[in-house]
Amino acid sequence: MKIDAIKNGIVIDHITAGRGKDIDRLLGLDRLDCTVALIKNVGSKKMGRKDIIKIDAAIEIDLDVLGFIDPGVTVNVIRDEKTVEKKSIQLPERLTGVIKCKNPRCITSCEQELAHVFTLTDRDSRVYRCLYCESKADI
Amino acid sequence: MRSLIDILDLSVAELDELIATACDIIDHPDKYAHVCAGKKLATLFFEPSTRTRLSFEAAMYELGGNVLGFAGAQSSSAAKGESVADTAKTVSCYADIIAMRHPKEGAALVAALNASIPVINAGDGGHCHPTQTLADLLTIWREKGRFDNLTVGLCGDLKFGRTVHSLVGALSRYTGIRVVLISPDELKLPDYVKEDVLNKNGIPYEEVSDLEAAIPKLDILYMTRVQRERFFNEEDYLRLKDSYILDIKKLQNAKSDLCVMHPLPRVNEISVAVDDDPRACYFKQVLYGKYMRMALILKLLGIQV
Repeated sequence: MKIDAIKNGIVIDHITAGRGKDIDRLLGLDRLDCTVALIKNVGSKKMGRKDIIKIDAAIEIDLDVLGFIDPGVTVNVIRDEKTVEKKSIQLPERLTGVIKCKNPRCITSCEQELAHVFTLTDRDSRVYRCLYCESKADI
Repeated sequence: MRSLIDILDLSVAELDELIATACDIIDHPDKYAHVCAGKKLATLFFEPSTRTRLSFEAAMYELGGNVLGFAGAQSSSAAKGESVADTAKTVSCYADIIAMRHPKEGAALVAALNASIPVINAGDGGHCHPTQTLADLLTIWREKGRFDNLTVGLCGDLKFGRTVHSLVGALSRYTGIRVVLISPDELKLPDYVKEDVLNKNGIPYEEVSDLEAAIPKLDILYMTRVQRERFFNEEDYLRLKDSYILDIKKLQNAKSDLCVMHPLPRVNEISVAVDDDPRACYFKQVLYGKYMRMALILKLLGIQV
């Protein structure tokens, strides 16, 4: 299968197979007007299978979202069809407005204006908990 | 400005300091009788409470301060849809310190992030109830004289029992603590408390369902009520509410210096006959709660005596 190279934009590579759609959704890529390719289950020597996302526009993306979902990804900024920058991904200490707390007893369930905030409580296990009720984050 | 949302907001040294202050208040109440003159405590109780609200009010009055507030969301602007954040900002204009109870988890933190005065979490749903834990700790201190090398049994509703979560967190910072979790399957301690508190601090624990078998090894037995208001399903509540009832017969095999505690109110989980047993400490716990709230109010208001 052939996917055209992009001229100016972003390539998110080395996505754990299956997580591409979560990244697409949480970065809001489905709402962009430009061309976005989500390529699933690409063969990879290092990973076996991986997903890749190509965005044909020089947009700013929220690296914290990537760090939360899949910190092993690489982000390449493409300009004139060349990689001009590789962005490093880290586990964010805090996620605001990315995912919602699903605990029906949480204060965020009844106060609509309240931002949904999650904090990293266990770096080794990559556990995020709701700032308010401490429920575990669920993508 | 400092608030108390979770018992773990306080260091062990700060807990020791609060206990020392509370013991001094018990010994010298006159010394503290007017230290909060001119200060106001706002008690914002969005859900029913007898003990905690009255304990806060009594604490403030005994310090010479005043109290204002409401008891029940229906008598506040929350009934009109006001947010917790706006309520906290508004009350900050009237009072010097807030004690707040709210049915939703995390509500007290929202208040603390928006208030310009200290906020004390007086219970946020099934999440935390740090001032109950302060009462529990003073009870243990006065009855046992130590916080280390204790086998603590927690019995009943360990899933929704916020007092249990806070107490486990507080005790996990001491050495030689062993925990016995006694509950039906449906009301077990949540995984996050086991992972983040017990496992992380290397506290040995066992989960059992038989209270009678567990009782002989305990130094402290912390009973809890199965709380109707935490269930979405009435059938589940009715099925589980009588799971554990402590009576004189079950106490027969307990240690002579066992300390039986309960955050109250009880429904039927401790037989009234147990009240006369010297091991029953739950009404002392109520009194100690008031002294610890007095100590806490002083600390958060920055009043040195």
